[in-house]
Formats: sequence, C-alpha cells, structure tokens
Amino acid sequence: MKQVGAAFVLGLVFGAGLVISGMSNPAKVIGFLDITGQWDPSLAFVMGGAVAVFGVLYRLALRRERPLLAAAYSAPDARAIDTPLLAGALIFGVGWGLGGFCPGPAIVSAGFGNPRVWSFVAAMIAGMVLFRLVLRRSPS
Amino acid sequence: MTIVNFTPLSALIGGALIGLAAAGTWWLLGRLAGVSNILGSAVGESQGRDWRIAFLGGLLAAGLLAFALFSGEVAFQLDAGYAQVVLAGVLVGLGTQLGSGCTSGHGVCGIGRLSLRSVVATLVFMAAGAVTVYAVRHLLA
Repeated sequence: MKQVGAAFVLGLVFGAGLVISGMSNPAKVIGFLDITGQWDPSLAFVMGGAVAVFGVLYRLALRRERPLLAAAYSAPDARAIDTPLLAGALIFGVGWGLGGFCPGPAIVSAGFGNPRVWSFVAAMIAGMVLFRLVLRRSPS
Repeated sequence: MTIVNFTPLSALIGGALIGLAAAGTWWLLGRLAGVSNILGSAVGESQGRDWRIAFLGGLLAAGLLAFALFSGEVAFQLDAGYAQVVLAGVLVGLGTQLGSGCTSGHGVCGIGRLSLRSVVATLVFMAAGAVTVYAVRHLLA
C-alpha cells in the first residue's frame, strides 16, 4: 500500500516536471527536433537537468543495501548494443518526430482534454500490446 | 537555423523535478522510472501491476491538475491530425518495447547510470526524430 501511494506521488512529481519543462507540449518537442529550422534548444536543458539530478542521487542510493519500500533494487543488466535496441530506437524516434509525443508526456497531456491525444495513447498502448503479446512470442 | 522560444530556466526546473521523481522511484521502490517500460509492463504483465498503475495515475493526475488549475498558462499545441497521431502512437508503442526504453528510460535513467547502451539509443531516437521532423516540415510540407 505504501508502494502504491509513493508511486502515485512520484508519478505526480514526474508529470509536474514534464508540464513545467514544456515536454507536454508537442509543438515544443517538435521545435527541439527541428534543428535545421526554427530551433528551440530548451529540451536539451530538460534532459540535462534530469540526468544531473538523477545521476547523483542514483549513485548515492547505491550505498544503501535496499530501497526504502521494496526488498531489492531491480534494473536491467543488458549491455549489448544490438539490432533490437537500434531498430527500436529508430522506430520510436520516427514516431516521436511524427507526433511530438513520447510516452510520459502523452499520458500527462491526456489530461488536457484533446481527443487526438487520447487517440495517440490508445494507438501507443495497441503498439505495446502488439509487441508484447504477438511479436515477442514468435521465435527469433 | 534560428533559435526561437528558448526557455532554459523552466526547462531546467522541470528537468530537475523529473530527475528528482526518477531518483525517488529508485530510492523508494528500487525501480527505474522509464515510462514506456512501466506502461508496457502494466498492460502486458500480470505481476507488479499495482505500483505501475499508480505511477501512471500520478502522471495523468499531473495533467488533469495542470489543466484544471493553470489551463491558461500551460502551452499545448498539437498540429498532427488523427491519422498522423495514430501512426505515431503505434510506432512509439512498438519502438519503445523493441528498443527497451524511451526518453525517460534511456534518456534520463540510462544516461544517468552511464549506460553506453542508453547513450546510443538516445542518439538514435533523437536523430530519427530530427530527420522525421525535417521530412515532415521541410520536404513534404
């Protein structure tokens, strides 16, 4: 129960950060990606600020044996720079440029009442389900 | 290239909040705050659903609160039509699952953990996004 409450508050703070930084505005995201045109470099500062704060606090946490509300840390240990990573990042990047949304900001701005955002979120979930239930089960 | 709409201060403050929330997710829950993984696992796995749905609910609540309290001050402009957002959504859904992460998982948490894999993924999706915007805005328009 504590985990659920903490997760909600953490999502709320994360979402507030996305709104304040401008990430929840697709036009601003596309302005950042439009490096040859009218370029808005702000989102580099969003990522820089987030990486700096997370990077330092992540390292400090490793001095503790376990997280405060869970039995153990859980993080991916994959290191390989392989085809799925590169192909997935490429496909994601094309979708990001087409819509101006990555997953977090899409969920946040689903609260702004625009039905096209809901369509994006529904299509994104469909894409995830398609991958997890169909494509990943096929032998590779 | 001309630089427009540059808002470095709000970008840094918002970014720091994102980093703080991601750090809190690690300190408290021992998890990484990669949104595509949280969402994909919430809809595709039966275990560990509760905290993930709560986190996603927090994200949505942030949007609802911002819209209810500050709708005049929160800029939002979506130019893409229905067909384009649906195609974009499917690509984002598929790509983030295949590539194991998005802007938060690779771009913030992965780079923050100094993962070369995440640095490469972030460079690839940023380049792909920039090329896509170039094609849509300057070649097709």
